[in-house]
Amino acid sequence: IKNLEGYVGFANLPNQVYRKSVKRGFEFTLMVVGESGLGKSTLINSLFLTDLYSKDYPGPSLRIKKTVQVEQSKVLVKEGGVQLTLTIVDTPGFGDAVDNSNCWQPVINYIDSKCEDFLNAESRVNRRLMPDNRVHCCLYFIAPSGHGLKPLDIEFMKRLHDKVNVIPLIAKADTLTPEECQLFKKQIMKEIQEHKIQIYEFPDIEDDEDSKLIRKIKERMPLAVVGSNVVIEVNGRKVRGRQYPWGVAEVENGEHCDFTVLRNMLIRTHMQDLKDVTNNVHYENYRSRKLAAVTCNGGVDTSKTKNQMTRSPLAQMEEERREHVMKMKKMETEMEQVFEMKVKEKKQKLKDSEAELERRHEQMKKNLEAQYKELEEKKRHHEEEKSNWEAQQRILEQQKLDASKTMEKNKKKGKIF
Amino acid sequence: LLKCDGEGARAVPLAGHVGFDSMPDQLVNKSVNHGFCFNILCVGETGLGKSTLMDTLFNTKFEGEPTQHNQPGVQLKSNTYELQESNVRLKLTVVNTVGFGDQINKEDSYKSIVEFIDTQFEAYLQEELKIKRTLHSYHDTRIHACLYFIAPTGHSLKSLDLVTMKKLDSKVNIIPIIAKSDAISKSELTKFKIKITSELVSNGVQIYQFPTDDETVAEINSTMNGHLPFAVVGSTEEVKIGNKMVKARQYPWGTVQVENENHCDFVKLREMLIRVNMEDLREQTHTRHYELYRRCKLEEMGFKDTDPDCKPFSLQETYEAKRNEFMGDLQKKEEEMRQMFVQRVKEKEAELKEAEKELHEKFDRLKKLHQDEKKKLEDKKKSLDDELNGFKQKKTAAELLQSQAQQAGGSTTLKRDKERKK
Repeated sequence: IKNLEGYVGFANLPNQVYRKSVKRGFEFTLMVVGESGLGKSTLINSLFLTDLYSKDYPGPSLRIKKTVQVEQSKVLVKEGGVQLTLTIVDTPGFGDAVDNSNCWQPVINYIDSKCEDFLNAESRVNRRLMPDNRVHCCLYFIAPSGHGLKPLDIEFMKRLHDKVNVIPLIAKADTLTPEECQLFKKQIMKEIQEHKIQIYEFPDIEDDEDSKLIRKIKERMPLAVVGSNVVIEVNGRKVRGRQYPWGVAEVENGEHCDFTVLRNMLIRTHMQDLKDVTNNVHYENYRSRKLAAVTCNGGVDTSKTKNQMTRSPLAQMEEERREHVMKMKKMETEMEQVFEMKVKEKKQKLKDSEAELERRHEQMKKNLEAQYKELEEKKRHHEEEKSNWEAQQRILEQQKLDASKTMEKNKKKGKIF
Repeated sequence: LLKCDGEGARAVPLAGHVGFDSMPDQLVNKSVNHGFCFNILCVGETGLGKSTLMDTLFNTKFEGEPTQHNQPGVQLKSNTYELQESNVRLKLTVVNTVGFGDQINKEDSYKSIVEFIDTQFEAYLQEELKIKRTLHSYHDTRIHACLYFIAPTGHSLKSLDLVTMKKLDSKVNIIPIIAKSDAISKSELTKFKIKITSELVSNGVQIYQFPTDDETVAEINSTMNGHLPFAVVGSTEEVKIGNKMVKARQYPWGTVQVENENHCDFVKLREMLIRVNMEDLREQTHTRHYELYRRCKLEEMGFKDTDPDCKPFSLQETYEAKRNEFMGDLQKKEEEMRQMFVQRVKEKEAELKEAEKELHEKFDRLKKLHQDEKKKLEDKKKSLDDELNGFKQKKTAAELLQSQAQQAGGSTTLKRDKERKK
C-alpha cells in the first residue's frame, strides 16, 4: 500500500458517500412476532418514540384475528436531516390458536414473497430504482415464564433463522426479578445452542471502544425488554415507565431492563449491518435456492450442478450451446467417416466386380482367340494336306494316264491279247 | 439501485431522539472498512503526458516506461495500485491506451477501447447472474472515468477525437482535458475551449456533467462545468518558489506551477474528479452505463420483461422459457443435420446404383459381343468340319476307287500273268 505524500483528496470519499446516502434516504423493515399481549406494539412505539399504533391506526392487540395474518404499516420519520422509511410488519394471531401448527407459515411466506419481489425486480431487463421491502430484522417475543422456551418458540426460530435475522427478546421483563431473569436467559441460550438456532449475533464493529461494549452486551442476550408510552415523573426526571404501587419500572434504565441496549444496537449501531446481512446472506441464499431449482433441474447434487452454481445462467447456456456444437461436430465427423468408409467399400466392390468381369471377359476373349488360332491351324493343315493329296492325286492321275497310254500302245502293238 | 422515497408511507413525528440519524455514519464506516475502488481510463495520443498527469494527480510515481510511437495497434495496459490517504484505502486502477493515434489508418482505433470497457461490464454481468455469487467482495473493474486527452493544437478537435468520443460517450463518463496546455496562451486557450465545446455539442457527444442535484455541491459543480474542458499541466518535478517546493515545469521564460489556478486547471480537475465527484462517477457508471450495457446484452439474448400477452414474466419463467427455446433450437439443428445426412446417403446410394447398373450393362454388351464372336467361330468351325468331312469323303472315295482299280488292274495283271504262265 502506498501512502501518499501531499494532498490528493480521496480521503473525502466517505463524505461523498455520506452526502449521497442522506440525499437518498434510508429504509428499514422490522418484523415483530409473538403471542398477543406481550407488549409488541408498545415496544415498537417506545423504540421509535412515536405512536405508530394509535387510535387511528390501532395495533394488532386490538384486532382479534382467527388466523395468523401478516400486516405491514409504513411510516416516514425524520431526524437530524436523515429520512427513514420504516416498515413494521405485524403478525397478529400468532400463537393464539389452540392448534398452532404451521402458524409460522404465513410469516415464512411473507418473507419469501418480499425476497421474490426483489429478485424479480433485480432480474428485469429494464431495471428501475427498486425499493427494498425485504425484512431486515425479526424481533421474536418470548413470554416471561421464567422456565425456558416453549416448543412453539423453538419451532419458529428453527424455521426462520436461515431466512431472516432473528433477535429473540424476553417480553414484559418487569415481571421477572433480576435473578429469575438471569436464570431464564441462561436457560434460553442453552436451548438455543442445543437446537443449533442461529440468532443474529451483533458483530463487532471495527472500533475498539465499541467492541468491548458489544462483548459485554452479548453476555446479556437474549435482551429482556419493557416498553411504555407513558411518561412518568421520577425524582424530578421525566421518564418513560410503568407505574406500580411499589415503584416505577423505567424503560430506559439499564438496571431495570435491556431496552436501551436493544435500541442502541438495533437502531444506533447495527441497523446497517442488519440490512447488509439480509442482503448478502439471507437474500443470496433465497436467490441461489430459487435459481438452482430452475436451472439445475431441481438441484440434483452432482458435480455438474456444482459447476453450474458458480456460473451465471447465461454463461451456463453459452456453455451448453458450445457443448452441443461440439457434440454435433463430433457426430458430423463420425457420420462423415462412416459415410466415406461405406462409399469406399461400395466403390471398391464395384471396382473388384469390374476387374473380375474384365478378367473373365479377357479370358473368354483369349479362349476364343486360341480357338481361332487352332481353327486356323487346322484349316491350314487341312489345306496343306489337301493340296498334297491333290498333288498326289494329280501324279497318280498322270501315272494312270501314262500307264493307260502305255497299255494302249502295247495293245496296239499286239503284244497284249 | 435502491430508492427510498417513502412511497405510501405516512409521516409521523418523533417524541425524542431515536438515533437513526447515525445511519449515514454506519454506512460510511462500513464502506471505509471495506475499502474503495476507482478505475480511470486515459485515452489520448502517445506523448500527451497521460502517465505524468496520473502521477501528478495521485502524488505518486506509477510504474511504466514512456511508450514509443511504433505500436501496431491500440492496446490497453492496466495497473492497479493500493493507495491510502488518512484512514481511507483506495484500490486505484489506471488504464492507459498504448499506441492510440500512432497508426496511419486510425479507423479501428476506438475498437479496442470499446472492447475493453465492454469486457469489464461483461465480467460484472456474469458475476451478477451467477447462481452462487459474491458481489459484495467482487473487485469492480468497470471504468468509472475516462480522461480524454486533447492535443494542444489550439485550433479544434481532431476527427479521431470526435469519432472516439462519440463511440465512448454512452459507455463511460468522459471528462475531456486539454493536455500539455502550457503550450497555449491564455487567449488562445479561451478560444480553443469554446471551439471544442461547440464541436462536441454539434456532434452530439455526451460528456460527463458534474451533478447539480445536490444543493451541497450544486454550485461548485455548476461553475466547474463551465470550465470544461480542463486545461492541465502535469509535473512531478519540484521547483522552489518563495520558500516552498511546488510541482512545476521550469522554462527559461518562467515557471509553470501545476497547482496555481492561474496557470492551469489542474486543481479544478483534482477537485472535481477526486475530491467532490468520485462517488458520483462510480454511481453513474453503475446505474447508467452498466444498466445500458446489461439491458442491451439481455435483449440481444432474447430476454424480455413481459410475455407476448403483456403479463410480467417472473424470473423463473423467463429462464425456463429461454432455456426451452434454446434447447428446442439445438434439437432442431441436430435434426436438420441428421436429415441432411440421410439425404446425402440416399443420393450417394442412387449414384452408386447408377454406376453399378452401367457396369452391368457394359458387361452385358460385351457378353453379347462375345456370344456373337463365339457363334461366328462355331460357324467357321462347322464349315471347316464340313470341308474336312467332304475332303475326307472325297479322299476315301478316291482311295476306294484307286484300290478298286488297283485290284482290278492287279487282278487283270494277275490274270495276265497267270495266263502267261499257263
